[in-house]
Order: sequence, then structure tokens, then C-alpha cells
Amino acid sequence: MTEEFQTSKPIYRQIADRIIQQFVRGEISPGEKLPSVREMAIQSGVNPNTIQRTYGELERMGVVETKRGQGTFMTEQIEMKRQLRTEIQREMIEMFIQNMRGIGVEDREITEAVEQALMGKGRAEND
Amino acid sequence: MIELRNVTKEYGKRKALHDINLRFETGKIYGILGPNGSGKSTMMKMAAGLVFPSKGEIMINGRLVDRHIARDVAYLSSEGMLYPSLTVEQMIQFFASQYEDFSMNKAEELLEFMSLERHQKTAKLSKGQQGRLKLLLVLSREAPVLLLDEPFLGLDPMVRDTIVKGLVSFIDFGKQTVIITTHEITEIEPVLEEAIILDEGRVHARCHVEALREEEGLSVLQWLKSNY
Repeated sequence: MTEEFQTSKPIYRQIADRIIQQFVRGEISPGEKLPSVREMAIQSGVNPNTIQRTYGELERMGVVETKRGQGTFMTEQIEMKRQLRTEIQREMIEMFIQNMRGIGVEDREITEAVEQALMGKGRAEND
Repeated sequence: MIELRNVTKEYGKRKALHDINLRFETGKIYGILGPNGSGKSTMMKMAAGLVFPSKGEIMINGRLVDRHIARDVAYLSSEGMLYPSLTVEQMIQFFASQYEDFSMNKAEELLEFMSLERHQKTAKLSKGQQGRLKLLLVLSREAPVLLLDEPFLGLDPMVRDTIVKGLVSFIDFGKQTVIITTHEITEIEPVLEEAIILDEGRVHARCHVEALREEEGLSVLQWLKSNY
């Protein structure tokens, strides 16, 4: 099936996020060639112009590199991977905090709960 | 480019289209949405040169549309189109004999892509297979304009998915102007550049699909609902 997209974000941005996540997770290696615009459009079931924008955006960010006549490649810079991971991490934490505050958990309780969870306590209740 | 200038269509006293002014740019993909009876199919038939405006005019690439426009326009109609006594292959040969721009290579590729059996009679095809064959016939043409009237009608989600992938694989983006009317907006939305809502024969609203998400955080379906 072609994938579903969220409505709150442009599709080109969602595909860019997905590529970044795959890179950070190691599913795409540094220096790896990405599918051509057309292949990627077919895989994702979207307009090729959208992929063009995705690749353009990633190139501006320095995440990919387009080599003339050869295609689009993931950056080989490990530093970039670290940087992207930090960004994703920050986004996830912000989201988590917002959600916790949203259900009325105090900041102090959040820290305690996270520490406990990390130490393996409370796991029995959740499993 | 397709241009509708002050186009009105009357069937007796009923107005199917009401003073429509629209412009479709070369190489873009447009979706036309709207309830039954909103004038979508009438507009498509007019652009295909099968129905004529009561008032106004339609131009395609600078030419006034008449019935000879079929040379430049590949039209998928929601009804008819297939001859029941012909096989899939004969249907392809018939289209190839009618249109100079019909590419047998593309047809062969599409035959495989759409998993159709060439010796099967079209009358024996399931609805999904018929839908795929119709799309094959239209996408095999290298016409500057593609008009797809309800290509998803009555098709299950898996077939709709194949059709979307077929569109992305076989449309010549940037060269072919494509107009698709549909009720199944969710599947087709990521392929569209612009969407237009028709209602009671008038242009009710129009949007850029990606800008809509960027600026208002809405999908076309949500936007469509907010417009009623």
C-alpha cells in the first residue's frame, strides 16, 4: 500500500523526515545512493515534484548531495548524523514533555517517572 | 494548457455548468472534486470534445476544442469505453489503430504492471480489471492531455493503490497535463498539485495541495469538508 501522510505537514517534508530517521537509525548508510526521483515517487505514491522538493530540502540541509548525472547520495559526514540525532531527540523529548504536562503530570514527577522507568521499575505494571 | 472561458452548459433549462473560467497549466496534475451532479463529468466531456458549450469556449494548447481534439486528448470515461466481445489484446490493438500517439511499448509494460491477461475477453474481466484496462489504454497514449473521469469508481482499495502507482509510473510529468475527477480523494491526493471543487456547476474553491498543508494544516479531504 502507498503510505498514509499526516495532514498537518507538507508531504515533501514528511518524506524528508522519514529519510532522516532512516539515516539516523542506520537503515540508510552514509554515502548510500538514494532512489531516483521517479523511483522514490513510485515507492511513496506521490507526485515526482514532491520528491524533487524533498531532495532539494535535504540538500539545503546538507543531508544529501546531488552528483551531476549520478543521482542523490546520503552525506558521508558522520558529524551530520550526530547532529540530526540530537535534533530528533530534542523533538521527541519536547513532544513527550508536552504530552505529560497535557495530562497534568508535574515536571518533578516526570523526571522521577523517567528515572524509574530507566532503572526498570514500573516495567512489571506496563508489561 | 487547457483554458475554459466563460463556459456555460445548459441541458434544457438545467444549467450543468455556470460561467466557468479555469486554466490548467501544462505538465500539472489537477483533481476535480465535487458531489454527483456538480458538473465534473460534463466538464471532462467538453474538454474531450464530446459535448459542446452552450456559451463560452474551451481551448487546448491554443486550439479551439472540437471533436478532432481526441488526437491530443486521452480520455478515460467513467462509462463504456470497453467493447465486451473484444479481448484485452484486441482492445489494445483497436486503440493503437485509432491513435497515432499510442505506444505499444508502454501498453506492454502496463499489461504486466496491471497484471492483465491479454487473451481474456473484456466482458469476463472483474470491475477492478476493467478499471485497470481502461487506465492502460489511456496511459499508453503519449497525448499532451490526459482526462480521467472517475478512474477509481467501484474499485477496492488495493486496486486504487495500483492505479495511483500506475499514474506515478506512467504519466510523463512536466509534459502531460492531467485532470482527474474523483470521489476517492485520499488515495490520489499525494499525486495532485491542485484541487478544484465544483458545486452546482460553479467553481466553489481551489487550492494547492502542498500549500494547504503548509499554511492551514489541512488535507484536501478536510478542506473539502470545511467548504460545505
